[in-house]
Amino acid sequence: MVRAEGVHKRFGRLEVPKGITLEVMPGEVMCLLGPSGSGKSTFLRCINHLEKINRGRLSVDGELVGYRQVGDKLHELHESEVARKRAEIGMVFQHFNLFPHMTALENVTCAPILVRRAPREPARARARELLDRVGLADKVGSYPAQLSGGQQQRVAIARALAMEPKLMLFDEPTSALDPELVGEVLQAMQQLARDGMTMIVVTHEMGFAREVADTVCFMDDGLAVESGKPADVLSSPRHERTRAFLSKVL
Amino acid sequence: MSAGATDAPEPSRRPEEIKAVPVRHPGRWVATGLILLFGTSLARSVATNNRLEWHVVGQFLFDHRILEGVVVTLELTASAMAMGVILGVVLAVMRLSPNPLVSGASWLYIWFFRATPVLVQLLFWFFISAIYPRISLGIPFVGVEFVHGSANTVITSYVAALLGLGLNEGAYMAEIVRAGIISVGEGQTDAAQSLGMSRLQIMRRIVLPQAMRVIIPPTGNETISMLKTTSLVIVIALSPPELLLATQNIYSVNFKPIQLLIVASIWYAAMTSVLYVGQYYLERYYARGATRELVPTPLQRIRRGLFSLRRREWS
Repeated sequence: MVRAEGVHKRFGRLEVPKGITLEVMPGEVMCLLGPSGSGKSTFLRCINHLEKINRGRLSVDGELVGYRQVGDKLHELHESEVARKRAEIGMVFQHFNLFPHMTALENVTCAPILVRRAPREPARARARELLDRVGLADKVGSYPAQLSGGQQQRVAIARALAMEPKLMLFDEPTSALDPELVGEVLQAMQQLARDGMTMIVVTHEMGFAREVADTVCFMDDGLAVESGKPADVLSSPRHERTRAFLSKVL
Repeated sequence: MSAGATDAPEPSRRPEEIKAVPVRHPGRWVATGLILLFGTSLARSVATNNRLEWHVVGQFLFDHRILEGVVVTLELTASAMAMGVILGVVLAVMRLSPNPLVSGASWLYIWFFRATPVLVQLLFWFFISAIYPRISLGIPFVGVEFVHGSANTVITSYVAALLGLGLNEGAYMAEIVRAGIISVGEGQTDAAQSLGMSRLQIMRRIVLPQAMRVIIPPTGNETISMLKTTSLVIVIALSPPELLLATQNIYSVNFKPIQLLIVASIWYAAMTSVLYVGQYYLERYYARGATRELVPTPLQRIRRGLFSLRRREWS
């Protein structure tokens, strides 16, 4: 589903990620772990075309991200093509980024109606269904400011799902939450994983990685240091840097 | 009221309520005295000065020439502000464009119109026929013209007033709108982009509605300011006359300038007060979602107050 080969992203003199190679299969849940500044979030943003990559190749579902290859030349994609590709990838952010001037329901229906030109009533029915699935059937008419952090993040998940994405990206979805609210969000994500969604999750929740992930990938200093089954990587890391990081967080 | 108080400790065990001697504020008494003294003497001089001739004010307050002037002032304010707001949004979006030429053009426009006095701009548009006697709309350099006319007939005093006020307002509104757009966090654009929305959709549906909360208060301020700035149009003798020129036309005949200026002031103040109310409700509308609960309107507050009074009588 996602294939990265030597992906580089440059910010001025800083280069992070600097050569990430990994592959995510359809239906797979991959957790990206690692210290802050290691390039996990930037890599996630690259997958969703929110950042442009400078070197390497990155493809989603067999199609290059951000470029089109004609012969051996790369052409930048037009804004509207980028938007079309983004619509197929759901993203959940650390700070939820719900639209504060819309109710929970409007947050969820907004993109299907505007982007997919879905008729209003079916879109609303589908949104109710999705909000029900994340346990928020009774919060349909609430504005984000009236919801707790955990509830907001679950609305954000429903909002992303409303576009029926083939891939979901989670950028530290529980890092801005009170400890007691983390569980409800992880539960919604676990349910999603069980339903067979392909997911890439940047997280510091080791428990979640161990239980839900098919693969964990440890990143440090812009590189994918090691990856494998969570049991292997988390219990018996091969790499020194992985060991050092895990000894601090576990 | 006391339903939730059942868990509180019993009254007998509660320590007695504190009754302390309040801090004295002698300064407040002195200030109150001074303000009262100044206020009453001002009121007395206004009330007892026969030369003010309040009956003249009353006589002209609803004079049809004055009322027509009020209408023209309102029209001019509304059309100049409409022009300013539309221009402002366009200029602000241009200013934030990644294209340096587009953002540079917007910068230059804003600089020019903020760097010269609006009074000068009004006169400039009024005298435009001196440098461009003939005005036409067409495709430049190839000689295709759709419409054309002499500048004196196209740029009437009303058009000059509208151009002078509206184009100038556009520059100020552009800065206000830009501030509003910048105030919306980047996360909002990220989220909207990740859902596949186009740049125009993001601006219209996500960024501008949120920017409105920042844009409305200064825009209300600009509208109130514009209402009174329209009086500058007196220098180009607008016809039909707006409020100030209408009063001037009257006092140049009856030699009662103070009384008629009071009439004009009463009308300006009345119109401004109406705008205050409009701004209040507009701000309230765009506060949707920003606060947990909407602040009740004054009317709702009065109604609620009456209701609770009635309830108190019943119980």
